[in-house]
Amino acid sequence: MRRLITLALSLLVLTLVTSPAGAHGLAGKRFFPSTLAIDDPFVSDELTLPNILHIKRPASGDEPATRETEISGELSKRITRFFGISLEGELVHLDPDHAPSKTGFGNLEIGLKWQAFTSAEHEALVSLGLGWEVGGTGRKATEAQSFDVVTPSVFFGKGFGDLPDSLWILKPLALTGVAGLAIPTRSRTRTVTVEGDEVEEEIERHPHVLQWGFALEYSLPYLTSFVRDVGLPSFFRRLIPLVEVELQTPLDRGQGGHTTGTVNPGIIWAGRVFQVGVEAVVPINERTGKNVGVRAILHFFLDDLFPTSFGRPLFGK
Amino acid sequence: MSGTALARGALALAVVFTVAGAATGHAFLDRAEPRVGGRVRTAPAQVTLWFTERLEPAYSRLQVMNEAGLRVDKDDGGVVGDGRQLRISLTTVPPGTYRVAWRVLSVDTHVTEGDFTFRVAP
Repeated sequence: MRRLITLALSLLVLTLVTSPAGAHGLAGKRFFPSTLAIDDPFVSDELTLPNILHIKRPASGDEPATRETEISGELSKRITRFFGISLEGELVHLDPDHAPSKTGFGNLEIGLKWQAFTSAEHEALVSLGLGWEVGGTGRKATEAQSFDVVTPSVFFGKGFGDLPDSLWILKPLALTGVAGLAIPTRSRTRTVTVEGDEVEEEIERHPHVLQWGFALEYSLPYLTSFVRDVGLPSFFRRLIPLVEVELQTPLDRGQGGHTTGTVNPGIIWAGRVFQVGVEAVVPINERTGKNVGVRAILHFFLDDLFPTSFGRPLFGK
Repeated sequence: MSGTALARGALALAVVFTVAGAATGHAFLDRAEPRVGGRVRTAPAQVTLWFTERLEPAYSRLQVMNEAGLRVDKDDGGVVGDGRQLRISLTTVPPGTYRVAWRVLSVDTHVTEGDFTFRVAP
């Protein structure tokens, strides 16, 4: 057993030391932009501020339909070349039908990610991550939970630049994705309400939830730099149209299989030190909602902004 | 903190970061002559690449290979012009498909690499 552990640690160290650099979402000549709805498959020194989501949620039980606006920010920092940490916070504004609106912070989210595999030749990445939503750090009135949720995840990214030349038009395509299991540290919450002589007990169950999704991207920068310069004007050469699919599937505790999610078609413009993106947020079913929302981000490449200081890993090159 | 205050803060960050980062960034290929994936009727005497950032001459290189993988350049590649161009001379090449491969270091210390093909077809 001790030998196995030693071997595993040796492999880990070897991977950290010898693999090609993966900063800025690069695998070989493939640049993966930071997607808007699902987590990225790489570690990086980057800042998303803000990521704005506006959508109308459907009525559910006693809860009225609610217009929801989230303004979030996320800082990602490399500790080593392939191991990073992220901090994410959000401000939530809820505007229910026929009820007063509420504003408050969501729970703080902390993430660890290890970029375990990078293939420059095949433009491929695989990462393992662990997310921790710190319960009780947000405002309960805006639906921040009082318990922790831990989410181990696997991430991947794959560019299609290694397709045969006869399929050149498909080479700018790339697929990124994530699958994680959200594990609540409390199985249910019991709420007792006393009104006069009446005592009402409500039990909310918290299932394990499979959080999964993917993003299909078509990179015009890749097309013009590596496949075929089709004479696009400068602005269009930096555009990356994409479709993201973000899904949540509860697995147990009376909610098994009730998948909700959104399909998010949009576009990213990637500049030298920042990118901007905007997407429509289209519910996949009535359980998710009926109204189309919108999401937009402003995202900074800290490794380009501060290449000799904050934009470098804390340890190693 | 209100949403408006957050939005103002983000805008301020955008301005500060954009100004701070005006001289930095990964060196991505902006354009090339012959064009990426293009066809030329006569064999070019040289290949020139234009990058989005200035390059470190000592760590930026360029090669041109034929379909058999043999080099057809004169191994005289280097950074020219305003520091964003990489140029190499070619031997007299017959009609065919040629692959240009490059690996460069931008002045902000980031390495980028890539390749593309062009075709000589009278």
